[in-house]
Order: sequence, then C-alpha cells, then structure tokens
Amino acid sequence: MAQVTRSPKTYDVCVIGSGAGGGMAAKILTEGGLSVALLEAGPQVYPEKDFKMLMWPYDLPHRGAGVGGAALENFGEFLAPNGSWDIAGEPYTSAPGSDFQWFRSRIVGGRTNHWGRIALRFAPVDFRSYTRDSLGADWPISYEDIAPYYDKVESYIGVFGTKENVSSAPDGVFLPPPKPRCHELIVKKACDKLGVICIPSRLAILTQSVNGRQACHYCGQCGRGCVTASNFSSSQVLLPPAMATGKLTLITGAMAREVLVGKDGKAEGVSYIDKATRTEKRVSARAVVLAASACESARLLLNSKSSLFPDGLANSSGTVGKYLMDSTGSDGWGEFPYLDKMPPHNHDGVGGMHMYIPWWKFDRKNDFPRGYHIEIWGGRDMPGVGMFNDLCHREEGYGAGLKKRARQVYGTTIGFSGRGEMIPNPDTYCEIDPDVVDQWGIPVLRFHFKWTDYELRQAQDMQQTFRAIVEAAGGEYRTKTRIDGPYPFGIREGGKIIHEVGTARMGADPKTSVLNGYCQAHDVKNLFVTDGASLVTNPDKNPTLTIMALSWRASDYLLSEAQKGNL
Amino acid sequence: MSSQGVTRRDILKSLAIGAVGGSVLQVIPAKAAEFVHQAVRKEKAASPAGKYAPKYFSAHQYEMLNWLCDAIIPKDEHSGGAVDAGAPEFIDLLTSENEKYQLRLGGGLVWLDSFCADRYVKSFMECAPEQRNEVLDLIAYRKNGKKDPSLSQGVSFFSFLRKMTCDGFYTSKIGIADLQYIGNTSVREFPGCPPVPESHT
Repeated sequence: MAQVTRSPKTYDVCVIGSGAGGGMAAKILTEGGLSVALLEAGPQVYPEKDFKMLMWPYDLPHRGAGVGGAALENFGEFLAPNGSWDIAGEPYTSAPGSDFQWFRSRIVGGRTNHWGRIALRFAPVDFRSYTRDSLGADWPISYEDIAPYYDKVESYIGVFGTKENVSSAPDGVFLPPPKPRCHELIVKKACDKLGVICIPSRLAILTQSVNGRQACHYCGQCGRGCVTASNFSSSQVLLPPAMATGKLTLITGAMAREVLVGKDGKAEGVSYIDKATRTEKRVSARAVVLAASACESARLLLNSKSSLFPDGLANSSGTVGKYLMDSTGSDGWGEFPYLDKMPPHNHDGVGGMHMYIPWWKFDRKNDFPRGYHIEIWGGRDMPGVGMFNDLCHREEGYGAGLKKRARQVYGTTIGFSGRGEMIPNPDTYCEIDPDVVDQWGIPVLRFHFKWTDYELRQAQDMQQTFRAIVEAAGGEYRTKTRIDGPYPFGIREGGKIIHEVGTARMGADPKTSVLNGYCQAHDVKNLFVTDGASLVTNPDKNPTLTIMALSWRASDYLLSEAQKGNL
Repeated sequence: MSSQGVTRRDILKSLAIGAVGGSVLQVIPAKAAEFVHQAVRKEKAASPAGKYAPKYFSAHQYEMLNWLCDAIIPKDEHSGGAVDAGAPEFIDLLTSENEKYQLRLGGGLVWLDSFCADRYVKSFMECAPEQRNEVLDLIAYRKNGKKDPSLSQGVSFFSFLRKMTCDGFYTSKIGIADLQYIGNTSVREFPGCPPVPESHT
C-alpha cells in the first residue's frame, strides 16, 4: 500500500460499529474513564433533518415508493436512512442453493435508528437449551448472570410493558403500556377463547419522560426515526452521553478491514479504509471491541489473518462464521368486514404493536423444538403505497366500484407475524468468498443457509395459529401458503427477519466457541465481540435487548480487567 | 396543502421546544428550525402553480394515462379522482426512473393504441368513451386474458397500472381523506379504541 496514516495517539479501546452493541460499549467504557475511538462505516445521522417524522406520503415526490419504485422492496422511503438489503459497491454472495438476505445500515446508530423496538428478555430456559432438548449448545452464562443487566438496560433506555409472570417471557423494569388498539382488543378476545396468552407488548418507547427524553407523541412512525428520541436508538440515547465524557472520538466513513495483531498475539489496533479518501488508515488501541453486526464482525475476524492466526483471528476453534441463525418468520392476515363499521379514529399509537402473543405452548409437547411469538398488526394505519395491492389483485375491475371497495376494506385487516427460534445447523454459516471483494478491496462474505424441518414445522404451526385466531374473531383468513417449494408455510428467506446472530458464539469450551461468557475472545484476551455474534441460541425474543445487556456486562468486565492490568 | 404543512411545522416546533431541557437532545432547536425551512421550500416547490411537464410519457401517452387513471379511480360523491390526486405525475416520475416500468406502462400504452386500431380503426383516445370502456372491460380481468390470449398482455398492463393508480391516489391528500384516516399528528395520550358498535363486537 502506498500510504498508511496511523493515528497519532493510542486509544484505550477501539470499538467497531455504533449500533446497539457498539453504542453501549462506547457509553460504558467512556463513562468508566477509558478513551475510545468509535469506527462507523457510514455517515453521521441528523435526526431533525434525516428522519421523516410526521411527513405525509404526498410530501415526497415519490410518495414513499422511492426513486423508480426501489423503496417498495426496502420497507419504503420513510424508513430511517441508510439501511438496505443491497448496498452499492458492498456486495455479499450466496452459495448455490442458498438465498440469504442481509440488511445492513451504514450510519451512526446502525439499525437501531429504524428497528422495531421490540425489547424482550430471553428466559432462564433459553440459556440451557442443550440441557433441555439435546439440540444446539448451552450458554456459558445463566439468566441470573444477565438479569441485573437487563434491569439496567431497561431502566436506562425505557421499555413499556406489564408484569405477567409468563415463564417464557420474563418480566422486566417497565413503563406503563399504551392502551390497546381496536384490532388488538379483538385479537385478545379471540386468544382468550382459544387459551392463547395475549399481553401488552414490550417496546423500547417512552410512555413517560426518561432521562430528559420526552414521552412518545403517538404518531406511530418509530421506524422513520424519532426527532424527539422518544424511542430508543443508539445514535440518540447511547452516543450523546458517551460524547459528553469528552473521551469519545467518533470516526465516520470508516470501513474496518482488519484487526491488527502484535507479535505477542494481542490486538493492537484496527486498519480501516477511509471512504472519503479511499486510503487505508490505522487506529492504535490497547483493546478492540467488535460490534459491527454479527456477520460483519465474523467477516472482520476471518479477514484478520496472520502467521499467528492463519485461519482468521480468534478462530482456533474454526467456529467463526458458523452457527449462523436468523429467526423463523412466517406472516398471515385476515379480513374482518365488520370492522368497516368502526367510526374513523386515530389509531396510530406507538410505532409498533401494543399487544403481542408470547410463546404460550411452553408447557406441552409440540412437534418442533423451542417456540415462537406472534406480533399483531392491522387496522386504520396511515395509507401508503402498496396498501391496496391485494384488493387490486383479488377483485380487479376499475372505477367507482373499486374505489368503494377500497373505502370498505380500509382498516379491516388484522395481520400476524410469527417469529420463532431457529436451531443452528451445519448447512448454515458464512465464510469469505474466495473470488469477490467490495469496492474497498475487502473480501466479502458468502452465505450458506438452510431451513430444516424444525423451522418448517414451526412455520406450519404459525399458519395454523393465525388461522385459528382469525376464525375465532369472526374474520376470514386470507393468506394462502404452499406446503412445498423453497418456502413452505410462508417461511421467509434466511436473513429476512434481520435477527442474524451466532457467528462468533460464546461458550465454556474454547474448542467449540470463539468467546467466553464475557464476550472476550478465548484466543485474544484484549479482543471482545459485543454484537449478536456472541449469541449461542436465538430464542423467539428479538435479540437487541440481549445484545445491549451482554455489551454492558462485557464492558464492565473490560473496565475491571483494564484496571487490574490484565489486558 | 398549506394547512397540513402548517400543522406539521407547528408540531415540529413545539416538540423541539419541549426538548430544550433534555439532557440528551440539546442540539434540536437550531436544527429543527433549519429543517422547518427546508420543509417550507419543499412545500412551495410542490405547490401546483404550473402545469406538470411529463418526464417520460409523450404528450399523447400522457393524455391516455390521465384518462385511464380517472377511469380507474373516478371522482365520486366523496372525493375527486386520481387525476385530481396527482396520480399521473406520480406514475410518470417513477416510470422515468425505471426501465421495467417503461416497458410495462410505455409499451402497454402502445399496445392499447394498436389494439384499438385493430378493433376500431382508431387510436385509443380517438375512440368514443363507450368504446374505451369496452376495451377496459376486456383488460380489467384475468379471466378474459385466459379465454382470449390476444388480451393477456393488455390484462397484465392494466393490472400494473391499476396498482400504480391506487398508490398514487391513496398517498394523496384527497385519497387519504377519502379513507377518513385520522392521525399522523402529535397527541399527549393515546386514547385507545373508541367504543365498538354493539352489533359488531
């Protein structure tokens, strides 16, 4: 390389990635007195300018469809910025027969700018999975180890919910929940009839002011990003206090390429491509925390090869990139013609469900392992592109009749999204593609992905449950799924639920895991991974809350080890 | 357009003022003001002072598109039609940016003219309104395309145009009001579900 710019100073820690895991590490480490260089591959985010809160579709020339309709496949134009299934110049590949989709956000705060804010604790039983059913592996830590950190994270970021004493969904430190919407009351009633548990949801959205952040104003648009930070994002909630310590150096447009290792086998910094100048730069640090997202962190480790670590850094076990998991996902919806008699009313609420169905069949034998939860949606949402696609397809025609039908069916649908636990399998992993580099010259990931019968039976059970609830509530179930083909029972492509985790898992045995229970690499003691890569299992609870709890715990441990001079 | 704009600006302003005391978000007011100015500029730019000049469709095709949009979502006793709602502008903009849309819609409009030339020895717009509706009655249903394969490309074109017209209409101020959507605003408390009419619970 022609020119390499080294940072003039050596930081205590270099953190890679500014999302949930990296933002939390930056906050705890700087507040603990360490100097931190935080590398982010994307630009700074300016919520008051970048977030489209309270805009109408007609405020944008493309009405939410995006340039050339491109946003129709990408959650729409209103989503908080810089997230996409495909990033120009930064490809990934899928092995023949695999179709893995990878959603990445290159921006300060990462995917926490737009995420669903579903903040669910893993249950005690989720940490003892192998003991329970001989599948997968047990965690090296227990619920009791992480519970105090769940308490701390919930108290700091603000999560609403209710104490319910459901063993698959432990209670937390909760703000009061918002009142249910009409369609949620209807689902609740049907669930009561069927013996299905339906309770207030648990989302990282403020129903009361917390730490100077305003309470929610109920515009229902959390996914667009919130100008008042009434929901949680790393960019607005974790990074400002880290910045306020004066100890944080945020470097944007920095695409990490490799973790640099000294002759002693310890990490001594990070080399990255400065996107603005397309040159390589280096940050020196006494410890390195990877939080680039599970697969990016695995990619970094695999690309950090040296004579000491010929198979990639911290990979003596050969398990970096293995044990990749997403959530099982299948969706369905029903039509409830009687809802067209509801008076028009403001149904927006928070940006997400007010009620949900936690895993409720934990007390019986099922024909698949583990479980799933169900998210509920529907009702009188803000109209947007695609809202009447189904009506147009099903009823066809044109003219006054079509317009009348649109008016009738508006707000009369109720939908369900099942999100379940995938069991890791040997056909699902990521590795370095030997032939492809991105525009920064960095070798890219190649994905292998396969659902097994475990997940397919789960998806089948989801579809049966959705139908049962819709019919018990007097609606007509509309979703049709095939029992064959590549996606039976409506199971989504791998990666589509955006819960990809497990690619540098923790474990008690260095031969079968990358990290110990403190997210510290077995092979390199001043290297930590605090994103979803450390997860041993991927229970039916969205991983973000657990990522933050693990990152806080790892950061506390890093601080105490640094004080003892052990790093 | 202005009354909604004012509402949104007011909301953003009041939200920003509310955040002044916040420990986390002290940067907001100045930035929010900047944002408001941008929003005003956008709203002014979007005001329908001048006539829209199509970016992709020819004048003739744009005339067809207008007629078709209003046929798909016409004016009725509740609200204006798809042309009032700006659906043709929306469709033209997206089509100008997407080659697939250009084939489906641009090609589809030519197909429609050729079909009318074969059938009525006239272009689509030269046909009498009854003749145009006769054509739409043929291409508005998949079953017709299955019966008569010479219609199937027309059916596919119309199906796509119908979806695009619905998107254009129901993302407009007129279309959103037609559905009686209430929201996209700031409220102190979420009121929950109003009483559900007795006969429907």
